[in-house]
Amino acid sequence: MKTLKIEELSKNFGTTEVLRKINLEIDEGNFLVLLGPSGCGKSTLLNIIAGLETINEGNVFIDDYNVSKVEPKDRNIAMVFQSYALYPSMNVKENMIFGLKQAKTSKEKIAEQLEKVSTFLQVDKLLERKPSQLSGGQRQRVAIGRALVREPRIFLFDEPLSNLDAKLRVEMRREIKKLHQQLKTTVVYVTHDQTEAMSLGTKIAIMNHGVIQQNETPENIYNKPSNTFVADFIGSPSMNLIKGKLIKNSNNISFIADDSSLEVPINNYDFKENSDLNNKEIYFGIRPEHIYFKKLNEDDFDINLRADLSEYIGHEQIVTLDYSNQEILAKFPSTIKIELEKEMKLYFDLAHISLFDLKTKERI
Amino acid sequence: MQDNLQSSSYKELEQKSKYTNMFLRWFLYFVLILFASYFIFPLYVMVVTSLKTMEEIRQGTLLTWPSSLNFDSWLVAWGGRGYGAGDTFLRPYFWNSIKMVVPAVFFSTFIGAMTGYVLTKWRFKGDQWVFLFLLFGCFIPFQAILLPMARTLGTLGISNSVVGLVLVHTVYGIPFTTLFFRNYYISVPTELVKAARIDGAGFFKIFFKILLPISAPIIVVTVIWQFTQIWNDFLFGSTFSFGEAAPIQVALNNMVLSSTSVKEYNVDMASAIIAGIPTLIVYVLAGKYFIRGLTSGAVKG
Amino acid sequence: MFKWLEKNLPKIVMAPAVGLIGWFVYGFVLWTLYISFTNSKILPKYELWGFGQYEKLWASRKWLISVDNLLVFTALFLIFCIVIGIILAIFLDQKIRAEGVLRTIYLYPMALSFIVTGTAWKWILNPTLGIQKMFIDWGFENFTFDWLVNREMAIYTIVIAGVWQSAGFVMALFLAGLRSVEDEIVKAAKIDGAGLFTVYWKILLPMMRPVFFTSFVILVHISIKSYDLIVALTQGGPGISTTMPALFMTQAAFHKSQVGLSAASAMMMFMAVAAVIIPYLYSELRRENAR
Repeated sequence: MKTLKIEELSKNFGTTEVLRKINLEIDEGNFLVLLGPSGCGKSTLLNIIAGLETINEGNVFIDDYNVSKVEPKDRNIAMVFQSYALYPSMNVKENMIFGLKQAKTSKEKIAEQLEKVSTFLQVDKLLERKPSQLSGGQRQRVAIGRALVREPRIFLFDEPLSNLDAKLRVEMRREIKKLHQQLKTTVVYVTHDQTEAMSLGTKIAIMNHGVIQQNETPENIYNKPSNTFVADFIGSPSMNLIKGKLIKNSNNISFIADDSSLEVPINNYDFKENSDLNNKEIYFGIRPEHIYFKKLNEDDFDINLRADLSEYIGHEQIVTLDYSNQEILAKFPSTIKIELEKEMKLYFDLAHISLFDLKTKERI
Repeated sequence: MQDNLQSSSYKELEQKSKYTNMFLRWFLYFVLILFASYFIFPLYVMVVTSLKTMEEIRQGTLLTWPSSLNFDSWLVAWGGRGYGAGDTFLRPYFWNSIKMVVPAVFFSTFIGAMTGYVLTKWRFKGDQWVFLFLLFGCFIPFQAILLPMARTLGTLGISNSVVGLVLVHTVYGIPFTTLFFRNYYISVPTELVKAARIDGAGFFKIFFKILLPISAPIIVVTVIWQFTQIWNDFLFGSTFSFGEAAPIQVALNNMVLSSTSVKEYNVDMASAIIAGIPTLIVYVLAGKYFIRGLTSGAVKG
Repeated sequence: MFKWLEKNLPKIVMAPAVGLIGWFVYGFVLWTLYISFTNSKILPKYELWGFGQYEKLWASRKWLISVDNLLVFTALFLIFCIVIGIILAIFLDQKIRAEGVLRTIYLYPMALSFIVTGTAWKWILNPTLGIQKMFIDWGFENFTFDWLVNREMAIYTIVIAGVWQSAGFVMALFLAGLRSVEDEIVKAAKIDGAGLFTVYWKILLPMMRPVFFTSFVILVHISIKSYDLIVALTQGGPGISTTMPALFMTQAAFHKSQVGLSAASAMMMFMAVAAVIIPYLYSELRRENAR
């Protein structure tokens, strides 16, 4: 039994297709993050799970029951919104128990739940206040509290941290993580922030143009992006992509870059399919943090590149390198002294490369 | 709560919400259309009545459609019957209103634009109070200024004239036009003015070259508002200009109230439509701006 | 000299507007106030006479009827405009098909003058050929609807026409207010299990407090100033049964040569408006400064 299952779901707004044949499953207690750029359909998907949007095609199951046409209140879910969406005319207490009252819960039960949740979230001193008298962080807590008192099967979060300032955001992020660890309720969480996604999710579904690009653990998404979109979206700065093709002779495969003499041996790469690799046009992908200034592994590939620019960002620096008129970024500790306008010897960590088909943009 | 909800009860919920929704929709449309007919009813009656002959009016009811489209009463309302004394018709007064509205709208809009510009982009100490000082003018009951105004117009020798009405409407329009322009310019980034000043533009250049070109929406709102207000005014018109120089609303009222011979409702209705049609046309063509004027003139302060 | 001019240019540009309003609004109101303390008849006199005009005013039966009518009219006008306005706004907020058309219909009376409105309603409400005849012709033989010529009821015809003219305006204010509420609040309420009724009654309408306040102020303002509608519909009749302060004032000033008395009545109106407007402007300004 899956806590949440989405089957072949499509959604249009008029003629614009917002979601296309989405399939998604979440096991009990998992924390799924829907990650993507704005307009990718992630919020629409969340609204559909909540029952706030209708479906054009496909089905949504909660605990194996088809809830596609069930009202939001009967889906046993709770949602936390970006703007907190606290009712301005009610105080904190009334906000938190509003849902229970609507469900005609007994007075004793309401009092008990309120007591439990408000102390748990440390808002018990604020119960009589109006939302306008709360700070951003407190509002967020109350919004979470309003969701918690209902003891839902699934928690839905719609970019809950993006209205907070940077410092508070990191704090609240940790709190949400703790919350999930303690309660072990299933969560679906929408964000456009990759750090949030990486740190919170047990699974991340990356979306673009209404299609799920990859749905895996954060580690797999980072290490084995399934296409160039994911490779580009995850990691900061993004993965460097170099155009070229594969050459296979006898047992050796190597990558030859376009317009250059660069030839990189590809020996220990885990190809999805081993056939038809010779002369295949591809992107060679390597993350900035996997370019080293000294040799670390036996297999590291050495290359001479000219450093053009260095950006100091505290504990590290991002160096812009020139590789036959293409910019390549590398991340080094800030203790290294970089001489600009000069060639320097660098090392590609070949254990961490990704290769993508030039045409389909898919990982090979 | 509902952990052991069966799929059958989910079905039930689904059905239930479907029926309530359907019932609600019908009810909704019913009420909306009911009110729509209340609002449209007088206009319909006006139009229908104006197209009937008096004979038809006496025989049918308010709602009966005229047997033939008869524009005679419109012609009578507009141009009269052609005999001398006591023949009142709207044409000269319609032009009076036009002659009054055009300059009054222009002057009040221009002054409002300038004051709105100063109040937001050249702020000085106490400008809030100056704004409040002007704003209060939106709300004074005009009865409190009727007497001195009548005397002032007399002293200036422009009582009972279109010029006098232009002056009155310009002055009492300023609070509104200032309010509109101030609320619009306050949302224009002041950086724009700062940048222009650094580039060496002066007070008037900034206004004419930078602010005025982006003011089209608020100019439309203001012009429509002022046009409607001035065209529809009766109080000033009837107190300061009752004879030849009367504006159309005053003439309409005189026509309807004139107790000569038999009441001709069809001519009355045609006259009312003629007096109402300019603002109605503006409303239909630019309703969006009309509503914006209404709500911003009212809500903001 | 040139420097001075340049520095003070903004203030110089402001001067005409401030001067005109200062003279024509504040100066005139003060003049009227002064005259209300004199015994002016046809022409203004300038020696003070104390509160005599106010005493006369509040002893006048016609004035008392005016005030009484104003209270009745304001109360009904407010209630009906706000209730109808809210109902229409809420209903229009339900993703209605022909919303644009309906909105246009509800609001068009606002574009017409009260004289046009009054003329139309006068015809509709006239007992011989109007609505009464319509119902009789439809077979309701004993139907009577003579409010327009009935002393007791005539004031309500003014309410009918006034509400017809202004309810759409309240609708527009509330619709704008409802539309400015964040989507997410309504979504949160739906998830909390609130039905449509609860969403509006418990959440959205309480959020509309500023809109209530604004509508209240504007409607009271309209009703205190109402003059044109009465002139066109009843001329204060039958008798003086529908007279109101604004009508009282102009009649005293321009037909009855009681300039002092009319100034006193104008000042009473002024004070009534000020009592509503000043708190309103104060709160609006404070809200703006808080932003």
